[in-house]
Order: sequence, then structure tokens, then C-alpha cells
Amino acid sequence: MKRRSPFLFTMLGFGFAFFYIPILSMIVYSFNASRLATVWGGFSTKWYGSLMSNGQVGKALWLSLEIAVISSTCATIFGTMAGIALARFTKFRGRTLFSGLVTAPLIMPEVITGISSLIFFILMAQYVGWPAARGFTTVTLAHITFSMVFVTTIVQSRMLSADRAIEEAAMDLGSRPWQVMKDITLPVISPAILSGWLLAFTISMDDVVITNFTTGPGTTTLPILIWSKVKLGVTPDINALATLIVLAVGVCVLAAGVAMNRAEIKRERDRRMAYRANE
Amino acid sequence: MGRWFHRRGWSDIIIGAPYVWLLVFFLIPFLIVVAMSFATRTSTAPPFGYGGENPLFNLAGYARLFTDALYIRAFVTSLINAAVAMVLCLAVGYPMALGLTRVEKGWRNILLMLVILPFWTSFLLRVYAWMGLMGANSWFNRLISGAWNWLVPQAWAVTSVPLMHTNFAVVLVMVYTYLPFMILPLYANLERLDPTLDEAAMDLGSRPFAVFRDVTLPQSIPGIIAGGMLVFIPAAGELVIPTLVGDSSSPMIGRVISDEFASARDWPMASSVAVALLILMVGPMMVYSHFEARAQTKEKSE
Repeated sequence: MKRRSPFLFTMLGFGFAFFYIPILSMIVYSFNASRLATVWGGFSTKWYGSLMSNGQVGKALWLSLEIAVISSTCATIFGTMAGIALARFTKFRGRTLFSGLVTAPLIMPEVITGISSLIFFILMAQYVGWPAARGFTTVTLAHITFSMVFVTTIVQSRMLSADRAIEEAAMDLGSRPWQVMKDITLPVISPAILSGWLLAFTISMDDVVITNFTTGPGTTTLPILIWSKVKLGVTPDINALATLIVLAVGVCVLAAGVAMNRAEIKRERDRRMAYRANE
Repeated sequence: MGRWFHRRGWSDIIIGAPYVWLLVFFLIPFLIVVAMSFATRTSTAPPFGYGGENPLFNLAGYARLFTDALYIRAFVTSLINAAVAMVLCLAVGYPMALGLTRVEKGWRNILLMLVILPFWTSFLLRVYAWMGLMGANSWFNRLISGAWNWLVPQAWAVTSVPLMHTNFAVVLVMVYTYLPFMILPLYANLERLDPTLDEAAMDLGSRPFAVFRDVTLPQSIPGIIAGGMLVFIPAAGELVIPTLVGDSSSPMIGRVISDEFASARDWPMASSVAVALLILMVGPMMVYSHFEARAQTKEKSE
């Protein structure tokens, strides 16, 4: 029995209006002909045109994609290893420190992660000589570090809920550890690895604070480009850029959501059919 | 079980690689900041001295935290802004989470998706969207200043409501960006509650509000705490929101750290402030992990 409460439904409506009105307003104003970003001056798509002819945006987007692909792939490898380690090895030397290191970046304020990475890279350049200058390398290293722990969290919780009996059976039948890993563990946790990669990718694409601290001259990612412009105020071309980004992300997330929903329904149906076949 | 993995150094690689990575790129930088907070500012490059003619433990930075009004005010502003944002998130998020549990299954997935969707879109752009709404000439500002002028006597009439560059703007945008952090753990908590308890209370004659107060609310305290901490912790250290929409004359702590570091080039002071912020955050973090651990053991036992 579900009780319908007018108050709760009003709050839901209010909440979703709160979520989406600012974004919708931004989208509408990206078609504003006026140069003043907040005063309506008729419909126009000229800001999209000027965006297309602006090479800076394309270059920044490409750089962001490069960094995000490299860092999320490395973060997924390290993060998955850490997740497996924490879920399967209950006792090893330094486990407490390790699990602390895996949770700390999740709750550490970004400013602190940012300045500690910056100080570290400056001192590295001074005393070790590598990475020699701040830029692509330092941003990628910082992104790997703070996004791998998100992958770890996802993989670890999937590992803990996975059935260990299959792994044990494979081992009893004489599989070597790496074979168990390749044939059983990794396929079982592959959805978690994929969502971990997606999360790491999004975090890297989206990051402003840590990138701002670890980047150097000439390495301008898309969020850094937007950040430097937004600090000066609202402009119609940023509205247009924001609209394109929000729509692109929205379409991807909705498509992923629909696909996952379908897969869920199919799994459920398969399970029911399997049960029925057994009866 | 462990024996098999442990063969041929397999486990050493799996544990060792991420371990070494985090030690080098997370723990060492962090320890450097802690050490830096005891260093002395100098005019050399890099701008700090440690040992030698400078004291090994220079506590001047920490002393300034308690004497300089700038830092005290920044800490107070941060904690108040984060606390107000947390309470408002709860006030808006709780009814939304509860409402979500009452929606039919098919609709519920769509609505949950709409809660998560802003998560995936750029954080920076969500803040930016509000900058467009809060400006003095925006339709939103004219709407609320019109409402204000209609409600109050002529003498108090305003041409626009000063929203941008205020603490109110910071709190508003924080509520906007962190609301999903409140809704999702609360929803997860409320969804697991046993509806028969509600029904029992109703059958025994409780009114809907009494059912909520006596049955639902006490059971949802872990969710409230999880959501509250997930909002409070990042909000207290927030840098982007106060920089874009905040009042620069009463900065939040994140901005103080960043300015101290970048503009003033006072690395030791920035590090002292950072360490102090972390110490302040330890309490909320421990509350959060305590309740998380309890929720997990409860889940396992079920």
C-alpha cells in the first residue's frame, strides 16, 4: 500500500523545478541575440557560430579528452587492483594504512589535494628533475591519483557481494591465480570496472580545482578555459558552450540509463525463465 | 584461498602497485604539507625555509590562526555556510527522498535518473547557471524583486535584489549542487524501511504526521547523518562556489588557502590553514564513517 501525500509530491515538483530551471534558463539564454548575457534581445544562434570558429575551445576539449582517457584508464587499472586487494586479501602488512589511503582522497577537500600536489610537483622539479615542468604530465598524474579511489570503492563493493565459491572451485580444479583472475574474477566484476572507468573519466573531464593547481602555462583543459572566462562574469558564448556540454552529457547519461534499465529487465526475465526451466 | 593468490608474487603486484602509487602521489604530498605548516616563510625560491637558521618547528602559522581575525572569520563563515547548506539540503531533500519512495516503480527510475543526471553534468556549469539567474538584470532577479516590491511598502522598494557576491548566494548554490548527495543516501535508507510498520501504526490509529514522526523519522537517522555529512564535508572546504558567487570580503576557508598560496605566496601559512581545516573535518568524518560501518554490518547481518 502506498499512501499518496500531496505535500511530498509538491516537494518533488518543487525540487525538480529547482534542479532544472537554472539549466533550462541557461539553455534559453544561449540563443539570446543580445550581447548582454542576462537581457533578452531576440532569438539568434550566432554564439554557436562564434563558438565553432573559436579554435581555443576545440583545442581545450581535445586536451581534456586526452587527459581523461589516459588518466581514467590508469586509474581503472590501479583502482581495480586496490579494490581486489582490499576485498580478497584480508591480512597483509600495512592493510590499515592502505585502506586509509584509499578512503582519504574521497573526503579530502579538493583545495588541500590541489596544493599538496602542487607543492609536491614543484619540489620534485627542483630536487629530482622530473616532471620538469607542470602541464600535461602533472595534471594526468594528479587525476589518476584522485580518481583511482572512486574505482576502488565501486570494485571493492562489487567484489564483496560477488560469489567467492566460483573462484574457489576454479582454484580447486587447478587454475593458476592469474587464470582465476582472467577467467572468473575480472569477468564477474567487469560491470563495476566499466562504471569505475566512466566515473573516473567524468571526474577527470570535470575537474577544475586540482587541475588549476597542477597545470602549467599552455595546458588549458576545457574546465580551466571555462573557469578563466566564468570568473569574469556571464557571457553568451559560455552559455552556448555550456548548453552543448549539458546536452551532450545528458544524452549520453540517458542512453546509458536506458541501456542499463533494459539489461536489468532482460536479466530479470532470464532469471525467471531459468527458474521455470528448473521446476 | 589466500595461498593461491599469494603464489608467484601475484598478490605482491596487486597490492603493491596501487599502494606505492598512493604512497608517492598522495601520502608524501600530504606529509609535505604537514611539514610545510611548521616551516618558515622566506624570500627564497621555493619560498620556505626549514631547519638551519629557521626554527625546526615554527608554530607562528598556527598562532596566527587564533589571533588573526581573517582566519577566524573565514573558519566561522565556512562552518556556518556549510551547516546552513546542510540543513536546507535536508529540508528539501528529505521530502523529495520520501516522495520518491511513494512513486510507482516505473516513474521512480526515471525520477531517480533525473536526480543523478546533474551529477554527471559539469559542476562548474551548474554553478555558472546560477550566476546567470542571480545577476541584477536577470529575469529571476526581476521576478523576486518584483515580488518583494509588491509585498513591502513603497519606501523599501528595490530595483534589484543583491544576490551575487553574498553568503546567501554561496549557500543557495551549495544547496543546488550538493542536493543529490543528500537525496540519494536518504532514498537508499528510506526505501529499505519496512512499510508494514507504517501500516501497523496507521491501523492502530496514528495520523500520517504521527506515523512519520514516530516510525519513519527515527529509522531514517542513519540516512540523515550520511547525507548530512556528504553535504557538510565538501561544502566546508568548497573553493569554486565562493570564488564565483561569494562575497570576497568574507571569504570561505578554501579561498583563503588558495589565495594565501597563490597570491601571497605564503606556503607555510596556507599549509597551516589546510591542516587546521582537516583537523576540523575529522569530527564529521568520524561520525560519517561510524554510521557507514554500522549500516554495512547491519546490511550484512540481514
